Amino acid sequence: MTTLEGKIKGKAWKFGDNVDTDAIIPGKYLVINQSKELAKHAFENVRPEFATRVKKGDIIVAGENFGSGSSREHAPLALKENVSIIIAKSFARIFFRNAINIGLPVLESDTTEIDEGDILEVDLTKGIIFDKTKNKAFEVSELPIFVRRIIESGGLVNYVREHVLQEEEQMQRWTELEME
Amino acid sequence: MGQTISEKIFSKSVSREVYAGEFVEANIDMAMIHDITGPLAVKTLFDLTDKVWDPDKVIVIFDHQVPADSIAAAVNHRELRKFAKKEGILNYDVQEGICHQVMVEKGHVLPGELVIGADSHTCTYGAVGAFATGVGSTDMGVALATGKLWFKVPETIRFEVNGKLGKRIYPKDLILHIIGNVGVNGATYRACEFGGETIESMDIPARMTMCNMAIEMGGKTGIVEPDEETAAFLEQRAVGADVALHSDEDSKRDIRSYDAAKIVPVVARPHQVDDVVPVTEVEGTKVDQVFIGSCTNGRYEDLKVAAEIAQDEKISREVRLIVIPASRTEYKRALKDGVIDILTDAGALVEAPCCGPCMGGSFGILGPGEVGLTTSNRNFKGRQGSPDAYVYLCSPATAAASAIAGTIADPRRF
Repeated sequence: MTTLEGKIKGKAWKFGDNVDTDAIIPGKYLVINQSKELAKHAFENVRPEFATRVKKGDIIVAGENFGSGSSREHAPLALKENVSIIIAKSFARIFFRNAINIGLPVLESDTTEIDEGDILEVDLTKGIIFDKTKNKAFEVSELPIFVRRIIESGGLVNYVREHVLQEEEQMQRWTELEME
Repeated sequence: MGQTISEKIFSKSVSREVYAGEFVEANIDMAMIHDITGPLAVKTLFDLTDKVWDPDKVIVIFDHQVPADSIAAAVNHRELRKFAKKEGILNYDVQEGICHQVMVEKGHVLPGELVIGADSHTCTYGAVGAFATGVGSTDMGVALATGKLWFKVPETIRFEVNGKLGKRIYPKDLILHIIGNVGVNGATYRACEFGGETIESMDIPARMTMCNMAIEMGGKTGIVEPDEETAAFLEQRAVGADVALHSDEDSKRDIRSYDAAKIVPVVARPHQVDDVVPVTEVEGTKVDQVFIGSCTNGRYEDLKVAAEIAQDEKISREVRLIVIPASRTEYKRALKDGVIDILTDAGALVEAPCCGPCMGGSFGILGPGEVGLTTSNRNFKGRQGSPDAYVYLCSPATAAASAIAGTIADPRRF
């Protein structure tokens, strides 16, 4: 489970602006539903070496509008297998939601000065990215509290289990008690 | 302060007045899943609970890989069929057409509703005045389980278009022009409201083309305020359509104005939807494959325009033209009045209704170095097959003219 307490450390893979969902996972692999299998084809068309060279915990660093295009959750799933966090200047809306929903942390920050291969340490609690290679810290845009609660739960399914469904069950119990 | 149509729809859904920027847990009026995103959504649903919240508010449509083009696709279809049957959910099988077309033409979407679909082009339904937005499989699974989903009520950009589109210039040229103008993330997180006399004079299929591409500028939805045109369209398809909903004059909207008379035929060049230039700038570019179809431009009206241009003509021997009607209904209309005949006589390959080459996961794939011209909505690198292919987006008129010429051609000359 990813929590806001945890520190994340990994090597940066640098991407540019407008990395779309077809670049992350081509359409022909969407019949696959398993994260591990999808990961074998991540960025296949744009960075063929990614899938074999990525190490558990590595970090994706990108420019504007990361994840634009399709609603395919296969895209964040293909990355979650190995990637610990995605940092971009901005994200496309559906990708942003999907990543959070499956418990893959995403952060918005100015990534201009971070280079390919830099070793990064991300403190999610303090909202700081520390570039160990450059010995420099970067601030991140704060996530809305509501979104942070989903990440703290480890994704939307757990969040709904912990909050929504339990509240509903509680409501139902109250109603039943009142009926009695 | 007044409310935008989007704020009004969210307010109705949560039974209190809400405005842009607020986080809400909204009640869903209708949910759509298809053969690609459906299996993951159903898995999430069963992780949470053992049945759908309301089978009457869920629709399953097969369109991306139909008829099944692989064993994996056949398995996805089989499992979704079983799921729909067990839950008592309406399931349009492989014959019916593209999900977004089917949802609107069968009257499953009404003005003022909050609709989600596990596909980014769900924003298309804004053409009938619904707030419709694409979500991922986990969001969808949660909605299937609970009937609710969290949203941030979006700010609105109103694209105010006045004037008349010129000869052989279409809604596709207009929406590509707008995207070229604001950029691929120019409307991120925001509702794209289309209005003004140009939009008011459009029929529902044309409005669908406009709303369909709102996501290509990052928009959360595309929406047109419902009117008499909407009421007439829904009259035979649905009951209870209320077309009174509109944005208040004093609501907070970022208004961008456009003059339709100034729009020219355009294409979006590879590999970005906002790389939009006049057709004249790329005229003469050799083309290998032309595709007329998709949820953007596969309707009867689109095929008819193509047929007008292809009448008594032959497509270039250097080009393959693939035509795919957006649905069985649209296919039948085009068959009945000879549109399919004209296109077939001209040399087109007509396929049965489905998404076709649009997402590059099935057939009609482009090879390395090939140039594709398409009426669909995305020209991302590798989207239609090889990452070394080049895809241009255009209107059905430009597509037909170019198929005849063998190179990208200005439809005004046809």
